[in-house]
Amino acid sequence: MTRKPMNPAPKARKGRKAGRRHPLASVALIAIGLLFTGGAYAAFSTTTASAESDANSQQTIDDGEKLFAANCATCHGLSAQGSGDGPSLIGVGAASVDFQVGTGRMPLQMQGPQALKKPVQFTEEQTAALAAYVASLAPGPAIPEGEVLDGQGDAAVGAELFRINCAMCHNVAGAGGALTEGKFAPSLADVSAVHVYEAMVTGPQNMPVFNDMNISPENKRDIITYLKYIEDNPSPGGLAIGSLGPVAEGLFIWIFGLGAIVALTVWITAKSN
Amino acid sequence: MAKDDNGGADTTAADSSSVARVEQSTGTSVVTRSAVGNPGFPPHRERVTDLDPKADRNAERTVYTLFYLSIAGSIFAIAAYMAFPIVPEDMGSVRLNNLFIGVGLTLALFGLGIGAVHWAKALMYAHEGVDERHEVRGTDVVRARAVEIFQQANEESGFGRRTLIRNSLFGALIAFPLPAVVLFRGLGPQDQDPVALLKTTLWEKGTRLTMDPTGVPIKASDVTLGSSFHVIPEGLIDLGHESKLAEKAKSAVLLMRLKPEQLTETPERAGWSYDGIVAYSKICTHVGCPVALYEQQTHHLLCPCHQSQFDVTNQCEVIFGPAKRALPQLPIAVDAEGYLIAQSDFTEPVGPSFWERS
Amino acid sequence: MTSVSTREPTEVKKSGGFTASAANYIDERTSVSGAVKELGRKIFPDHWSFLLGEVALFSFVIILLSGSFLTFFFDASMAEVHYDGSYAPLKGIAMSAAMQSTMDISFDIRGGLLMRQVHHWAALLFVAAIGLHMLRVFFTGAFRKPREINWVIGFVLFILAMAEGFTGYSLPDDLLSGNGLRIIDGLIKGIPVIGTWFSFLLFGGEFPGTAIVGRLYSLHILLLPAIIVALIAMHLLFVVVHKHTQYPSAGHTNKNVVGYPILPVYAAKAGGFFFIVFGVVMLIASFVTINPIWNYGPYDPSPVSAGTQPDWYIGFADGAMRLVPPGWEFVWLNHTYSMNILVVLGVVGLFIVTVMIYPFIEAWITGDKREHHVLDRPRNAPTRTAIGAAGVTFYASLWAAASSDIMATHFHLTMEGVIHTLQATTLLGPFLAFYITKRVCLALMKKDREIVLHGYESGRIVRLPGGEYVEVHQQVDDFERWKLVSYNDQKPLMLRPNANGKITVPEQVRAGLSRWFFEDRIAPVDQIELDQAHGAHHTEIEGSAVQPAQITDK
Repeated sequence: MTRKPMNPAPKARKGRKAGRRHPLASVALIAIGLLFTGGAYAAFSTTTASAESDANSQQTIDDGEKLFAANCATCHGLSAQGSGDGPSLIGVGAASVDFQVGTGRMPLQMQGPQALKKPVQFTEEQTAALAAYVASLAPGPAIPEGEVLDGQGDAAVGAELFRINCAMCHNVAGAGGALTEGKFAPSLADVSAVHVYEAMVTGPQNMPVFNDMNISPENKRDIITYLKYIEDNPSPGGLAIGSLGPVAEGLFIWIFGLGAIVALTVWITAKSN
Repeated sequence: MAKDDNGGADTTAADSSSVARVEQSTGTSVVTRSAVGNPGFPPHRERVTDLDPKADRNAERTVYTLFYLSIAGSIFAIAAYMAFPIVPEDMGSVRLNNLFIGVGLTLALFGLGIGAVHWAKALMYAHEGVDERHEVRGTDVVRARAVEIFQQANEESGFGRRTLIRNSLFGALIAFPLPAVVLFRGLGPQDQDPVALLKTTLWEKGTRLTMDPTGVPIKASDVTLGSSFHVIPEGLIDLGHESKLAEKAKSAVLLMRLKPEQLTETPERAGWSYDGIVAYSKICTHVGCPVALYEQQTHHLLCPCHQSQFDVTNQCEVIFGPAKRALPQLPIAVDAEGYLIAQSDFTEPVGPSFWERS
Repeated sequence: MTSVSTREPTEVKKSGGFTASAANYIDERTSVSGAVKELGRKIFPDHWSFLLGEVALFSFVIILLSGSFLTFFFDASMAEVHYDGSYAPLKGIAMSAAMQSTMDISFDIRGGLLMRQVHHWAALLFVAAIGLHMLRVFFTGAFRKPREINWVIGFVLFILAMAEGFTGYSLPDDLLSGNGLRIIDGLIKGIPVIGTWFSFLLFGGEFPGTAIVGRLYSLHILLLPAIIVALIAMHLLFVVVHKHTQYPSAGHTNKNVVGYPILPVYAAKAGGFFFIVFGVVMLIASFVTINPIWNYGPYDPSPVSAGTQPDWYIGFADGAMRLVPPGWEFVWLNHTYSMNILVVLGVVGLFIVTVMIYPFIEAWITGDKREHHVLDRPRNAPTRTAIGAAGVTFYASLWAAASSDIMATHFHLTMEGVIHTLQATTLLGPFLAFYITKRVCLALMKKDREIVLHGYESGRIVRLPGGEYVEVHQQVDDFERWKLVSYNDQKPLMLRPNANGKITVPEQVRAGLSRWFFEDRIAPVDQIELDQAHGAHHTEIEGSAVQPAQITDK
């Protein structure tokens, strides 16, 4: 019976914990995430490599052309020359196709402010074939491979370049941010190195192009290294609450901090039974 | 208990202070004689711990257990300090250090706090007490004495009588802080005029456009369609720390390439771009955040601080948000080696508006 | 006073041992027994909402403790260094010594990050608790005579707390806070006549200069805390002088204060509560990151991060700046008038000043010169509550605007749409909130009247001997009824000519405001009405009159 007045306190504490997961749970989650992305990454880099080796073959290009005619030509035109519904793909290169199709942005589900990331619609072979076909139309950025993607560059240089060239849209921690008229710069969490690289080279949608004269391949490797670093190292301070900065922190203190304290004040002043 | 205190309290309070005084105005408050009377205190309700000795012992046990837990938490925090040291370069170790010291301290604090409150609630004497209130103002006697003291002081000093002394004293007291205002002039450098400084930047005729942060000069041919370059003037990185940031805060520029036919240019700015390449100040004309969010398809620039939007195709005029003025354009050209250079400084002050601007 | 006085009075009698001689030693040198006699059994009423001010006080103590630790390591210098600490993505990067020392506190001193996070979370809590405390004081009318001056002191503390917060936020010299200072610089420059020079002097030259962090540091750890400590002391002194307010309740009058004595109950509760608040802050600091400056990097005027926002308490001002439509700036007589800045400063300033002087406005309208120690239930002061709701709506709209970009991305809206919507809610929301709140308050007062006169609907239907069905109404008991009938009732001011036979303009204004305040009034039930209602009630269900009584007994 005397326990009764104690109830609100443990309850309040439990409530807070439930709202924000166990710390070790997040560590475990990150570990699992890392294993998974690492595995996927390993699988991916091997497949792109093999796709590249086949890329030259006429067979692949022909396959790609058929896929293109069936899936892409409605908007981009039968010979990829573009139409009112989609831009010309002549000269965009294999990198652009690999990014747009490989992240599920293409084929477009519906017209909107911008193409959204969604489950990938094609197999890796099909994506490679489409890329080979588009690359065969005119020279353009190729799918990157090898050292530039390994995340072994200089994270400090990468971080500085990231702050200057990327953070204003994608946020310093890569959490994403708003653009005009409903468009947004997506979060960079869980984006594979090859897609990050391709995005920089091709400038998908409203993202500016960062060619090799602007950010050298070595520097792009540094940026990828930085992104990998912040993904591999969870925030030393604990949960990052979305890395959204003061807004998230302010909401947190009002809802969980002051909320818990008000619950405790009610317990403190309630008459003991 | 204090049920019948109220009637008594009312009269005693009235007796002591307000006999000779007019009742204070109730203003527009409605005071009725027929108001419902205060029923006095409800009966006291005993707690379980008052009635059941077993519950009392349980509560006592809970309290000291909590205090012991608090001690355990403090010891845990000390142990965690030693057991989870920070390994240089290892962020995971910082995380664990933060987490476990914090958890130990949390336990120590909660144990103490919850224990003390539970003690107060469950075990301490639980009958409410009643204090009487008195009016905040001093009693008439005290107030009369205070007035008397002031009058006496006035008489003895002649403060009211000797008006010259009094007025000159006020004058002196007002004048005395004024030198402090002058002293604050020293907060800024003595030999500089902020207005002149705000109107010039590092850019001048022939200054090469270089990349931020490396300072590598940019060739016009490097700037492909759809790119955006973050630009600083040549020579900025060689400046000393102090002037470097101040100069960068004025001279940061964003370089973009559009198709020449997309650009609407007024005749007086006809030669300011080069083959679709345009350079605009990156410093917002609202309150000075870097406007660097370039959308290469819509050709809009967005400031992430207050959402002002600028149209690059239309000389960076404002299309949304609190800014009023277009971003200043840096006139550019190409030198003999193909590098981009400034034709001159900006033709208007960059950044936020200020009083002396125009 | 607390620790010394806890043991004295009882122990002195019991034993002539160490405690007694120690107490004697101290009293002979300090006369502390007088303070114990005066304060030791002072009564403090018990209600959860009376602890909100304590939350603010305790967070301030936590801030002082953790902040003192931080000063031992922080270097308030903007001299350029190249970072050589533990965090790989900043290695070799040029930054100020302030930023480097903050990085070192975070990553190279054990427990340093914890203290930083405790300090920053406690700072956010400090301002939030003050805000909530002010809302409680406002909505219960606790600012009325004799507490108007204490309201102003508390209000100044709120402003100082925000100033402390902002100066502290700027100290690490990271990218986020640097852009915050950049905005302050732009704001100041927009002030007519003095703006340019003010900014020049504040920053010790052109923005950003190398002086600002050191200057903010001396404000942050010396000047502002000293003023805050002094004002807190005054604030608490007045609480002692006035004695605490209490909610309307049976036995509570304007001439008494009912609750528990400071020694022992309140000392234990408030002392324990300090540790609980500290515990909550510590728990949050151990589990949740705040202000990850390592992500932001050092300040540099060129980069900026998406989602650049100030800490929450500055948000309303930042939001107000975002809501300004384009084009509010003009040149006149060769000088620039930045209305996009001046209007924001003016509106925010007016709002703040109105909050500060509200007690005096209300006192002037009612003309009530009596002391008020029993609080209003918010519903019983409908216009004041409605004004409060309008103010909260206004503030909340501005506050929400500071996160317009984050709302846009997280709720898949357009940024422009969010801003246009908030422009509308800022202008119209307060009126709507006023109207709704006032109607709700009046409805609740009507309900209270109904309950007092006819009791609660018990949900029990009884068949009378004549075959008629009636619902049994359960009467409220005397103690419950007192809460519902004991409120302060006001009627609109009647305009009367003064001694010179004139009606002055201020009196006309006052009468107008008074009408607006008190036109819709629901008078409390008085004894006559009560007797009538109960008489009627008894005859109404004469036959079953026994039954409601039985229900009450159960």
